[in-house]
Amino acid sequence: MTTSAHGRAPVGPAPENWAGPVPDPLTDPARTRRIGEPMPRLEGLAKVTGRIKFAAEHAYPGMLYAALACSTIPKGRITALDVADAERAPGVVLVMTHRNAPRMNPMPGFGSDPKAGGFDTLPVLQDDRVHWNGQPIAVVLAETQEQADHAATLIRVGYAPEPAVTSWEEAVANGTAPTTIYGGPGRRELGDAEAALRAADVSVDEVYRTPYHNHAAIEPHAATVLWDGDELFVHDTTQMVAHSAWSLAKIFGIPEERVHISAPYLGGGFGGKGLWWYQVLAAAASRLAGRPVRIALTRENVFRTVGSRARTEQRVAIGATADGRFEAIIHTGASATSRSADLSEPFILPAQCTYAARTFKLGVEVAYLDMMANTSMRAPGGAVGSFALECAIDELAVKLGMDPIELRLRNEPRQEPIDGRPLSARNLVRAWRAGAERFGWDRRNPTPGAVRDGEWLIGMGCAAATHPYVRSPGAAARITLHRDGRAEVEVAAHDMGMGTATAQTQVIADRLGLEPHQVTFRFGDSRLPGLVMAGGSQQTAAIGAAVAAAHRELLAQLLKLVGDGSPLGGLEPDQVGSLDGGVAALDDPSRHESYADILDRAGRDRLVAEAVAQPPEELTARSMHSFGAMFCEVRVSSVTGEVRVTRFLGSMDCGRIVNPRTAASQFRGGIIMGIGLALTEELVLDDRTGRVVNASLADYHIPVHLDVPEIDLIWTDIPDPHAPMGARGIGEIGITGTGAAIANAVYNATGRRVRDLPITPDKLL
Amino acid sequence: MRVNGAEVEAAVDPRTSLLDLLRETLGLSGTKKGCDQGACGACTVLADGERILSCLALAVQYAGREITTVEGLAGPDGPHPLQRAFIDHDGFQCGYCTPGHLCSAVGMAAEAARGVPSYVTADLTADRVVLDRDEIRERMSGNLCRCGAHNGIVAAIAATYAAGPGERA
Repeated sequence: MTTSAHGRAPVGPAPENWAGPVPDPLTDPARTRRIGEPMPRLEGLAKVTGRIKFAAEHAYPGMLYAALACSTIPKGRITALDVADAERAPGVVLVMTHRNAPRMNPMPGFGSDPKAGGFDTLPVLQDDRVHWNGQPIAVVLAETQEQADHAATLIRVGYAPEPAVTSWEEAVANGTAPTTIYGGPGRRELGDAEAALRAADVSVDEVYRTPYHNHAAIEPHAATVLWDGDELFVHDTTQMVAHSAWSLAKIFGIPEERVHISAPYLGGGFGGKGLWWYQVLAAAASRLAGRPVRIALTRENVFRTVGSRARTEQRVAIGATADGRFEAIIHTGASATSRSADLSEPFILPAQCTYAARTFKLGVEVAYLDMMANTSMRAPGGAVGSFALECAIDELAVKLGMDPIELRLRNEPRQEPIDGRPLSARNLVRAWRAGAERFGWDRRNPTPGAVRDGEWLIGMGCAAATHPYVRSPGAAARITLHRDGRAEVEVAAHDMGMGTATAQTQVIADRLGLEPHQVTFRFGDSRLPGLVMAGGSQQTAAIGAAVAAAHRELLAQLLKLVGDGSPLGGLEPDQVGSLDGGVAALDDPSRHESYADILDRAGRDRLVAEAVAQPPEELTARSMHSFGAMFCEVRVSSVTGEVRVTRFLGSMDCGRIVNPRTAASQFRGGIIMGIGLALTEELVLDDRTGRVVNASLADYHIPVHLDVPEIDLIWTDIPDPHAPMGARGIGEIGITGTGAAIANAVYNATGRRVRDLPITPDKLL
Repeated sequence: MRVNGAEVEAAVDPRTSLLDLLRETLGLSGTKKGCDQGACGACTVLADGERILSCLALAVQYAGREITTVEGLAGPDGPHPLQRAFIDHDGFQCGYCTPGHLCSAVGMAAEAARGVPSYVTADLTADRVVLDRDEIRERMSGNLCRCGAHNGIVAAIAATYAAGPGERA
């Protein structure tokens, strides 16, 4: 490699095909200065001083406040709707029901178009039908929130109920249906797994159950909406600005460019912040009233009008030879959904990639209930699927009398297990070994119930974590290079707390050869380029690839500007790269000219380069997944059955880590949500009425400070040659494996195997 | 009442919570609404130095009181040391629960300085409480965080108040 005087090499154009043999130059530490630094969050001071404005914190003259009235039956027709008292209540400006709502198209269902963003395809307030318990049936607009809230209680509704499927057992008895996983197959098979299971020396065959989970972001969903003629502006809290803008345009039948969504900051998302009824209702009511509207969901509204993670029932059966080689992996079952969502909880994702086996039978089906549309929540499929799979492996290890880590290492695949794609920078074995050493796994007593400290039984457990590498098509970036050497980079992406803006500023600084203070990263606005959803832990890669494409375009434009007198004269775009605030020849970095000089000489104030990321061919050509080895120690009270997580280690293998500070927070955040999944979180739907029973944060128990130990983290930091910057996703993987690691530790502590989450004290007494 | 040192007068609906008075009438949106039911702690402010849940407080009951919100924590020399510590220890991700955590921690440190025991305090008769990590974790458990910044939050509070309980409160 050729380097400059101070030892760094220019950053040339990124590869045109991410599946090809040439990696992103930024995977090379010699070309990076800022990637890998623990840079503090750019918006940190604004957040700790309360200056960041969230969606419900924008006020406009004449703005009205909205309140919802919601159904109390799961299915039927509205036969009487008396809104007279509500309309006469002080401060009320409008009561909108299906009788006076503007005609709107249903939400375009997610996946029906690249830009479709609806997780629920029902018509919104267009008819007298009730589809779930808690469905909005009226919107009240008033001068103050107190007036709106009161008036909503004055609406009287009569219903003609219809038979509804509100219990899981009934839904399953009605028959489960085959489904897809994000448009792909919901069923994967290799060989005859049932026969291999029957013939295996040793086997386990168990059923695991996981309940509904709610994202429970601390910021409730909210929007502040304004119409200007037929232009709609929305301050929203959304993980998909561009999808939401396009979808709202379809719903209201107006051109896409007339909808503008701004969502620079979200008070947490975790999959729950997308396009739901509330934005549509607020926009429709605002249009009717002719005034700006603020809708801020109550916590009860959040639980009942925004989707949750669906419950699952999963069979995992593993057959092995006496020395622990997997002969069969069977992972089948069903998850709950509504007809309007028709979305599976794809719990077979971990079984597709984590272990080698001679045969596979994997399949997810759906059971239909009359319920609120379910949706994705942090690590869809992986969070609950890894619980079942990794518990089953622990159970098999007990039957084999083998250490559970050794059992996993024995079944490490040499290729993607079912379809044979080549592995890309998979270093899970290294993560297991490093983690086991750091955690002190050799001190674990394999005999359950053998370690005691007074009333407390102590145990250790482990599990593999995994999340697929995702990069959706359509991400784009615009780089504006200014004459003074500053660069603005604009992407319709999101920062809901992950640290996107900070990490991308580091990446852009390295890609363009600038200092972070010379880089401004703009995001969270539907008018910015491209289509990037904050989902699938894909933003680092998706934005990274888009900026890389725009950088390639920028280098080409810069070379067109340089004259014969430039040291860069005669070079082609693939012969140059960015270095030290300018452009340099890749094979001779002393041939260098600064951006400022190039623009100056060309008489240009700025240069704009915009490009769409290359199609994600690496997804189909390679087996790319983030991995981790999770280690847990618990103490279980023999008196009360209370479980305390006392130690936790995540040993992660997610490619290169862009920012160790924000990455550690992402991993910890996932792991802590996994503690909730394991021990406390259970959204309960009443079997008789389909109504969410525990629609409050007092009754839906997320982990609090005393539930959370110091979480230790290490990572391999080995770049993935097919990922931009060598970095795979990190946002969701922490919640995977964690539930099983805790359950396996509880087994080691007590000898009790709990297969239905959460592991509450009653299940251990 | 006084809010962040300034006298404020407002005619309010008797139903209006202190939280809504701050956010809607006074435009102090730094204080957050997470549940409006007293379950999450995002709305925590200080009333005469004591931490309260402003969503469960009617504004009219606080006439004549001194209210401090996140916007009022900084001093003339810049941010409160706890605010700096939250940045240094990455004690937040989305930042929505952060104002409540900050106000709660300031009030909590003052409680510890007064010797108010908690569930995990071994010596209930001690004059002062040493804010070790277990004390902090117990005393801050009324403030929910969903991003999972718990380790950073506890580290920031410990770093700020390690010199002695309540000294900066």
